[in-house]
Amino acid sequence: MSANLEPCLDIRGLSAVLPNGQRVLRSVSLSVQPGEVRALVGESGAGKTMIGKAVLGVLPKSVRIVEGEMLIEGEDLGRLDAKARRNLIGARTALIPQDPLTALNPSRRIGGQMTDRLVRILGWSGERAGQRIRQLLDEVQIRDPERVLKSYPHELSGGMRQRVLIAAAFAAEPRLIVADEPTTALDVTVQKQILRLIAQLQRDHGTAILFVTHDLGVVAKISQKVSVLYAGKVVEEAETAQLFAAPQHAYTRALIAATPRYTDPYASLKPVDESVLAGLTAEIVTADKDWRPGHG
Amino acid sequence: MAEPLFSVRGLKVALPDMTRKPLIGRAPLAEILKGLDFDLPKGSVTGIVGESGSGKSTLGRALVRLLEPSAGSIGFEGRDISRLSEGELRPLRRDLQMIFQDPMSSLNPRHTIFNIIAAPLRQNGLGDRLKERVAEALQRVGLPQNFASRYRHELSGGQRQRVGIARALALSPKFVLADEIVSGLDVSTQAQILTLLEKLAAEMGLTVAFISHDLSVIRRLCQQVIVMREGRIVEASATDALFDNPQETYTRDLLAAIPLPEIDPDWLRPKAPA
Amino acid sequence: MDEARISRRALSPRLWLAGGWLLLALLAAIFAPLIAPQDPLAQDLMLERLPPFWLDGAEPGYWLGTDSLGRDLLSRLIFGGRIAFIVAFAAAISACFIGSALGLIAGYFGGWADRIISRIVDVWMAFPPVLFAILLVAVLGTGLSSVILAIAIIDWTRFCRVIRAEAMSQARMDYVESARIAGYGRIGIMLREVLPNVLPSVVALLSLEMGIAVIVEAILSFVNLSISTDDPTWGSIIAEGRLSIHQAWWVLVFPLITLILTVLSFSQFGEALKARFDPVLR
Repeated sequence: MSANLEPCLDIRGLSAVLPNGQRVLRSVSLSVQPGEVRALVGESGAGKTMIGKAVLGVLPKSVRIVEGEMLIEGEDLGRLDAKARRNLIGARTALIPQDPLTALNPSRRIGGQMTDRLVRILGWSGERAGQRIRQLLDEVQIRDPERVLKSYPHELSGGMRQRVLIAAAFAAEPRLIVADEPTTALDVTVQKQILRLIAQLQRDHGTAILFVTHDLGVVAKISQKVSVLYAGKVVEEAETAQLFAAPQHAYTRALIAATPRYTDPYASLKPVDESVLAGLTAEIVTADKDWRPGHG
Repeated sequence: MAEPLFSVRGLKVALPDMTRKPLIGRAPLAEILKGLDFDLPKGSVTGIVGESGSGKSTLGRALVRLLEPSAGSIGFEGRDISRLSEGELRPLRRDLQMIFQDPMSSLNPRHTIFNIIAAPLRQNGLGDRLKERVAEALQRVGLPQNFASRYRHELSGGQRQRVGIARALALSPKFVLADEIVSGLDVSTQAQILTLLEKLAAEMGLTVAFISHDLSVIRRLCQQVIVMREGRIVEASATDALFDNPQETYTRDLLAAIPLPEIDPDWLRPKAPA
Repeated sequence: MDEARISRRALSPRLWLAGGWLLLALLAAIFAPLIAPQDPLAQDLMLERLPPFWLDGAEPGYWLGTDSLGRDLLSRLIFGGRIAFIVAFAAAISACFIGSALGLIAGYFGGWADRIISRIVDVWMAFPPVLFAILLVAVLGTGLSSVILAIAIIDWTRFCRVIRAEAMSQARMDYVESARIAGYGRIGIMLREVLPNVLPSVVALLSLEMGIAVIVEAILSFVNLSISTDDPTWGSIIAEGRLSIHQAWWVLVFPLITLILTVLSFSQFGEALKARFDPVLR
């Protein structure tokens, strides 16, 4: 690895456990280079959302990180005190959430909610924040920004709300955005517009994105790199083109074969072979038996 | 084409619009289905596709008469069932079954799986040999017999949906409505449930209305497709014809919006102005 | 599932402590003539205002001391428990039956049934409950059955409101539609699909209401509107204790403690029962 290209996000051997000792993340390592989109794909319970939350420092209280490091642009989050960590995360990262409705406060106008972050965390003046927000609303192709800024969340459509949140995420020029299933709640035609917007803004601003999704179709379209997760473990990591051309792990192959494709109905929608999952589970059970935090 | 099981003409459904409900008095009616005409041939699987607000779920609920249409007719085996009362419908329930979207909410947490599958049998005069029939239903969907004594929270998502299928098919109905039955499931489970339904529909000669937002799934499972938008039918035709040669712009847009698991660098590029 | 098991076990002490106290108090009330050390009505001016057993001047056999007429406080509390429990069970069960049935009908059927029942509840709730109770007893005349009737008439709304809301959310569940598909009628669905799911709340409310009934009865006794003044009730003991608070604090403090413990136990017992009988819903 060349020294001058420091990863935007670097996760090394991250493990996390629940209070009962059960592991939810199993020595996860992954990195996101500046300006690249890395997809994090897996089924429910794979831990993909958990990783996103760990990066943003918003893990539930019951989940405890027991080993590993997380570096944002070379700064080790573990070495910072709580306040410094919050400041670093606040200044360099942002989130595009899954459900645009619950991410917005229903009783406040959009405008105030969008400028809040810029004013409070970055200490911008209200005027500067307002200008910035209008600029971003234009970038996400909102035609009448003044009306949107004055609206309450319920007065906007789902696609509109997601545009607002994308604009808010990019407004502070973060180095890294965690996008947590940002199109799962949307109709396909709206999903396509939103993915297009995210890709466009990502390119224009040179932002790195950790894109959490369960949909291999979305992975294929939006990302350059991908990590496939199963039960809190990275089972395969590759360039996206490489992953679809020649998937290495049996689980990845099974997932691709199970994903429906209207272009090829009988080669897709193949139920995942039980032996593949059994093999994975056995692998994990063996690994967990020998695992002690710090020596794993 | 085979003789239709359902023959729907001029179907309209209006429901109270709660968003426009005044402080005092009733909510005004909003027309959800704005006049639909179509047939469901016997023994076929028909996909009903549309985005949110298209009225596809409302259509399904009208077919099994969970809703009463405001106009038009629903011919079922040559008899108009659109105006039948709850009591008159009861003998028909046996033949009009439904699999729900959310297997969690469709299984009562306080009943055992046995009681859930036995309910339609008991209610439709098949209460004798109940144990045998429930066992048969479980076996049909590939669940072990000891699941009969379990509760829904002891099952995985895929297993719950199998119970939903077992319950719907326990009566060997003529028609099954499947409303987004895999949209809450992981892809690996989704494939299992769909291939199970595909197999059972063929074996039992079922007529199925398969409601989904996912055209990829519909292509695999269905012989014909109805595309809906804002309460109207946009396009309806045999599956292969629809996918190979879509007639309407909206259908083409829907197809183009599906992110296939294939690399396609042009997919995200904005469309060049025509 | 693991989490649920943990929380169930964690709830147990609450269930056992509350249940234990209630059982103890109930048994004492049932077997009062066998257990009570003295006749609760026997006055003896030689023994007036005896302190509880650990203070100087206590008499053996009068564990919690005596009141200003020399009556044994412990015995009076035990006999007072009889009335407290009779009122608690009879009033709470009546209120529960009326309120839950109406709430279930309003919540599940909706429409005009809901509109009528909800309006009645709204009007009912506008009355200050204690004044309403005093008024009712004044009209119905004092006596045990009047007290029970008054509490039931006032407090059924508590059940009605909660059960209505729960039945409404149940009515939206897919398993209710599924039962229609299976061929069940409306009443069948209400009994088979909705009722079992609101039952835990009914049980919790019932227990809570028993505690409330005990308080209301005590309040009515306190203002001398309950049953005849000869029979000891917790409320009447408290009322008497208030008069001699400077000479004999125990006559006020012990019945208060008994009352608080009982009411608290009823509400905790109900909550714990509900948690215990709730299947893991998620």
